[in-house]
Amino acid sequence: MTVNGQFYEVYANPKRLLVEVLRDELGLTGTKRACDTASCGACTVILNGLTVKSCSVLAVQAQDAVITTVEGLAPGGRLSPLQQSFLDHGAYQCGFCTPGMLISATVLLQEKPNPNRREIQEGIHGNLCRCTGYNSIIRAISAAASGEQRQEGQ
Amino acid sequence: MTKYSVINIPHHNIDGIAKLTGSAAYTFDVKLPQMLHGKILRSRLPHARILSIDTSKAERLTGVHAVVTGKDTLGIKQGIWRRYKELCDEEILARSTVRYVGEPVAAVAAVDEDTAEEALELIEVEYEPLPAVFEPLQAIKEGAPQLHDHAERNINVTRHIEWGDVDEAFSRADHIREDWFRCSSQHHVCMETHCAVSSYSPDKKLTVWTSTQSHYYIQVLLSWVLGLREGDVRVISRYTGGGFGSKFELDSAQFCSAVLSMKLFRPVKIVLTREEEFQATKRRTPMFYYLRTGITKEGKFLAKEARVFTEGGAYTSMGATCLYLTGFFQAFPYVWPAYRYDGYRVYTNTAPTSAMRGFGAPQATFCAESQIELLAKDLGIDSLEIRRKNAMYPGYEVPGQAWIQSCGLSGCLDKIEEWIRSRGTMPPNRGIGIAAYGFMSGGIFNWFDTPYAFSTAVIKINVDGKVHLYVGSQDMGQGSNTTMAMICAEELGVAVEDICVHMGDTDVCPVDVGAWGSRETLMQGNAVKSAAAEAKRQLLEFAAAQLAPNIVYDLDIKNRWVHLIARPERGLSYYDVVKAAVRGKDGQPIVTTGHYTPHRKGMISPAYSFGVQAVEADVDPETGKITLVNCVTAHDCGQVINPIALEGQLEGAMAQAAGYGFTEDLPMDKGKILNPNLSDYKVLRATEMPESRVFEVETYEPEGPFGAKEAGEGLTNPTAGALANAVFHATGVSIKNLPITPEKVLNALQEKKRQEAAGS
Repeated sequence: MTVNGQFYEVYANPKRLLVEVLRDELGLTGTKRACDTASCGACTVILNGLTVKSCSVLAVQAQDAVITTVEGLAPGGRLSPLQQSFLDHGAYQCGFCTPGMLISATVLLQEKPNPNRREIQEGIHGNLCRCTGYNSIIRAISAAASGEQRQEGQ
Repeated sequence: MTKYSVINIPHHNIDGIAKLTGSAAYTFDVKLPQMLHGKILRSRLPHARILSIDTSKAERLTGVHAVVTGKDTLGIKQGIWRRYKELCDEEILARSTVRYVGEPVAAVAAVDEDTAEEALELIEVEYEPLPAVFEPLQAIKEGAPQLHDHAERNINVTRHIEWGDVDEAFSRADHIREDWFRCSSQHHVCMETHCAVSSYSPDKKLTVWTSTQSHYYIQVLLSWVLGLREGDVRVISRYTGGGFGSKFELDSAQFCSAVLSMKLFRPVKIVLTREEEFQATKRRTPMFYYLRTGITKEGKFLAKEARVFTEGGAYTSMGATCLYLTGFFQAFPYVWPAYRYDGYRVYTNTAPTSAMRGFGAPQATFCAESQIELLAKDLGIDSLEIRRKNAMYPGYEVPGQAWIQSCGLSGCLDKIEEWIRSRGTMPPNRGIGIAAYGFMSGGIFNWFDTPYAFSTAVIKINVDGKVHLYVGSQDMGQGSNTTMAMICAEELGVAVEDICVHMGDTDVCPVDVGAWGSRETLMQGNAVKSAAAEAKRQLLEFAAAQLAPNIVYDLDIKNRWVHLIARPERGLSYYDVVKAAVRGKDGQPIVTTGHYTPHRKGMISPAYSFGVQAVEADVDPETGKITLVNCVTAHDCGQVINPIALEGQLEGAMAQAAGYGFTEDLPMDKGKILNPNLSDYKVLRATEMPESRVFEVETYEPEGPFGAKEAGEGLTNPTAGALANAVFHATGVSIKNLPITPEKVLNALQEKKRQEAAGS
């Protein structure tokens, strides 16, 4: 499979989950797990252009797939506009749901470049966040969509 | 020059880029050479004597390295209230008796999690079931099953608070109301479950990576129960995936992984499953509240009597603090001429209840604000007016308890009144409810019996001007590292980029008692500010030597420019002064310390935040379903340090508090939690969140760094009460039993209809 542009040949036990292979075999620990019931969205990755919860996909199902994890969002160390917007709006706190949230938001903006508030809420409905109350995330996605850059600091 | 060059200017979290790129390594991500994986066997019974545990089959399973039970421990009953022996009642690995479903009885270390889990199935535990009791009002009765030998009628802790002549004040009341309320439990639901990696080496040193709110507490508690020297236990917690009050006591992942690692001399990692997290970590304290209130016909409060019975669960944990604070905040944020509170914490055969964001105050505020709304209705007084008439004010002393210095409550009431007016007339089945609240900025209590200052900071400035700031506070997502960097930068006159914060390592960082009770901004902030002030003083000595000003001129540093205050154009670069200072000190970096412990600040806290919240909600009369429309808060946290962090803290607290109000609950059957997963336990999702505007009402708190006080926790207090009041205004029914579910609303509406029919 190809993860973040890099081709990997992985030998996995048939019952291994995609999230386990990403984290344990490939060392991509940015992708998190926070439940056992596919309810929280912390393990969300992009698989062939669609978001999936990598705890509910077997690694063997991802054979030959093209996958993007949070580590693939900032190639060359440059934050994506969405990551920059999350940073500017404080759209994360503990950060544990953030990788999955960013992945869902990235795909949302690919599908709907100018989402309204309701569409953003629906786009991240599958991702639980216990810290922010979501509104800063909604603002960040909305600002990234409209290309606004909030200047801060100086 | 402007007053401040760093604080009150939005700054992104200094850990932000690591969190946004997936490079932040949490305990959940720690992987060490030779690391084994641990799992914990937990009791399925709510109360039983352990007759025997046979681990031989499990030990023989290929891949299993060790199985431990209570017999492999020192059997120390530990607790966070170390000053009081009878309140240290929890062994973590039970030796003889289990008292709740989920209590650990054995732990396994194996090559992987699957093998460890398989081994759990092979451990045979023989129990003798004991009669169990689950409700505090049952458990306190004569003849109820007793959980602990030392606690007759299962009374764990009692608390009494009283001021004024309560009975005399009641005798003068024009109107008296009595109400009973029931406050439910709530789970913290940290996204990162409790986890630890313990590594014990042959040189008898234990290193524990863990997800915690207080590395210092965990170090001390672990060294105590394992019989190690404090300094030989190193606790590391670089990133913590949420805490909310659940992560400053010793937990089963930390203890069991340490016991296993000490047996094997190999690292052992334990990550609790979400189900374990729900069943067997601590949770918000359920309470039964009786309130009796006397009031004049003009709406002036005269006296309040409060009695509470809390469901303690099987062990003390932080419940004793919670019992005191709920009593104290029951009288908040108003002036009560007379007040009497009696609290009883009762042991029950349920998972222990403890601290959760708000720490007893959300329960108190729900009951108090619901009753005030009913009193206003009884007397025909406006909701805002009754609160304004009785509001606390700057300089007010809560008799024998607390001294209020800054208090922006009246400004908050004005802002909310303005907003409510802007909403106009409500459509049918929609209402706006309000609740006023306050909270502490760190507790003054020292039941942990630390000999250290409550907060300490160390600063080291190297020759390149980089400021290494060592803090004991724990950033668990609330952003305290950034707050501390900003306070340091402001005081020292440099930029946030000049500061490198070192946090979460007991070998490196000074002591702070941890991130709970809204301590950090005020307490750690004061320690940082004082260390930075001393560093600046030392730098200015060298600057004075170079600038040679007239003795009457003062020097300062701002924006990395060391200058004469009266003539800011005359100065030197901060970097040049640091270089000169290091050379001048025989090559030593600048090293300073600062510390803070509150003295003579009352019984509770050195400072209090205040606020008023308005919740606008729709209630569907057909289904009883509540939809949040708006949630607006006016808030006084003193001087704002970081506006981005503040906004996030307030919005996040509101979301948790709203969940407490109407969606989150932990129903049980014989002590077993019935919804221990994230599909049946309803945390609010993005689609359910209304917009949540915040009005800042700025005050200056003399005790806080630059006038700042707490901002992260107080806002958990008002929402359930404001929501209950919104439902009351929308429907005319008052729900006194949290959470406000559709079922309760429908039942109350039907009851109201029946009564109206019977009355007509």
